[in-house]
Amino acid sequence: MSFRNTQELAVRYTLRIAASASILIVFLIFLFLFKEALPFVREPGLSHLLNGRWNPTSLKEVSYGIFPLVTGSLLVTTLATLLSIPFGVCGAVYIAELAGPREREVLKPFVELVAAIPSVVLGFFGLIVVAPALRRLFDLPSGLTALTGALVLALMAVPTIVTISEDAIRSVPMSYKEASMAMGANRMQTIWRVTVPAAMSGIIASVMLGMGRVIGETMAVIMLTGNAAMTTLSPLAPVRTMTATIAAEMGEIVFGSEHYQALFWVGILLLLSTFLLNIVAMRVLKSYQRL
Amino acid sequence: MRTSISESAATWGLRLVTYSIVAVVGYIILDIVWKGAPVLSWSFLSTAPTANGQGGIWPAIVGTFWLITGTILVALPLGMASAVYLSEYSKQGRFTAMIRLAIVTLAGVPSIVFGLFGLGLFVLFFGFGTSILAGSLTLACMVLPTIIVSSEESLRAVPQALREASLALGATKWETIRKNVLPYAIPGMLTGSILGIGRAAGETAPILLTVAAFYLPNLPRSVFDQALALPFHLYALATQFPNPDLVRPTQYGTALVLLLLVLGLNIGAIILRSHFRKRYRW
Repeated sequence: MSFRNTQELAVRYTLRIAASASILIVFLIFLFLFKEALPFVREPGLSHLLNGRWNPTSLKEVSYGIFPLVTGSLLVTTLATLLSIPFGVCGAVYIAELAGPREREVLKPFVELVAAIPSVVLGFFGLIVVAPALRRLFDLPSGLTALTGALVLALMAVPTIVTISEDAIRSVPMSYKEASMAMGANRMQTIWRVTVPAAMSGIIASVMLGMGRVIGETMAVIMLTGNAAMTTLSPLAPVRTMTATIAAEMGEIVFGSEHYQALFWVGILLLLSTFLLNIVAMRVLKSYQRL
Repeated sequence: MRTSISESAATWGLRLVTYSIVAVVGYIILDIVWKGAPVLSWSFLSTAPTANGQGGIWPAIVGTFWLITGTILVALPLGMASAVYLSEYSKQGRFTAMIRLAIVTLAGVPSIVFGLFGLGLFVLFFGFGTSILAGSLTLACMVLPTIIVSSEESLRAVPQALREASLALGATKWETIRKNVLPYAIPGMLTGSILGIGRAAGETAPILLTVAAFYLPNLPRSVFDQALALPFHLYALATQFPNPDLVRPTQYGTALVLLLLVLGLNIGAIILRSHFRKRYRW
């Protein structure tokens, strides 16, 4: 075999190995999360995770119930998603259908730039500006509530929703709009009755991807939601999310302890929920791209 | 016309909502620039923090610099090689489908879960301890999907004719890629990668579990040392001091430096991209 052929083969296999690194990393993430979490199954047992209280450092009776953390995450995520949908979808409609070409050239990168602002900076801003404002507005003992976190997280979800929804709206075939206009519908009727419904699966996917980002967000949440591990559905109560619990408690515990293992179970739950959200969102996106 | 009034009202409504997003973001950036700028000085940038939350941020700048350098050294070659494989070599099949699924999965993993992973694998299993090395490797895993996806996009934008011409002259596949594809794709690959690196520079949660130490005035001496980093330093300043008003200027200063770093990387990448787009137009 000539030198060139050997070189070709060597390059091909090197690149192939590099490309499989992603598979390896995903495999290692699952492996090591379960490896660290697994001893918990035998002692004290998985059923302890289903307990109603999260109190791993109690002197009287330790309790690893992740229920309050799950409700905390769900509450913050739901609020943030509900807040971000109108802004994200209206922004996407405006940029895709109504903005002039030069306006779009400025607006789209600007909205995408929001995604680049580090979450710790947004958390810091929330701590200094949003939290005191909410405290005064609702006359609360502390401004650190589920709503405070949700307001800042909504801002983080908006760029995801705008970017992907805008692509979906723009890829609706021109003939749909022309047909609607020809039937005598005006621009708004065309947008809301024809274009947006046609792009609906893309918009739904964008909201799901935004939700994935919000569930996994750690720093803004840990700084803003007050971190009280209690089960509540009130937006004005302090809550503690799954992500914040891991970040706040991992630094202060003995590696390998029951508490440490319980935190890895929280991580596994988080990983699986974002994994499912993303897979479903990708499916939805693909179904509309096939259109 | 009656409809046109309601229509223009609706248009204005949508415009208002869109610009309210712009206004909120603009307000955040201006607030941080306005209150952070007076704090920035040579001594703020070049001295170590003190125990009461005053002083400068030099160790945090150094820590972030080493973390980012480590991340680039690991993620850039790996991500670019993966992209070349996916764009130039891979065939439709199970292996390629698995790689794509893995990339999508990685892109969706929450940063704190990357932190847990880095803690389990790099800090404990490999025994690197909480260190710059463990943090860089964790961040590299995190930015890998961004680098792969943007690099592949840029490779695919190179016209097929360039490859065919080279192959027709008898060049091998790798010679074609090296001489006729990569030179045109590299600028785009780099700008996409810069965006990913910018994200890593501002990320806090993985660092929290793999690198950081609170209050650490000394500079790291090797990759096995703990280090401060800008995002983590801001988090510590914002949450660890009972008297926030005293620490406020340092907080704003740190937030501004971090914001400038991340937005600077992003805007730089956008400018680079438009520059190269003008140079190669197929």
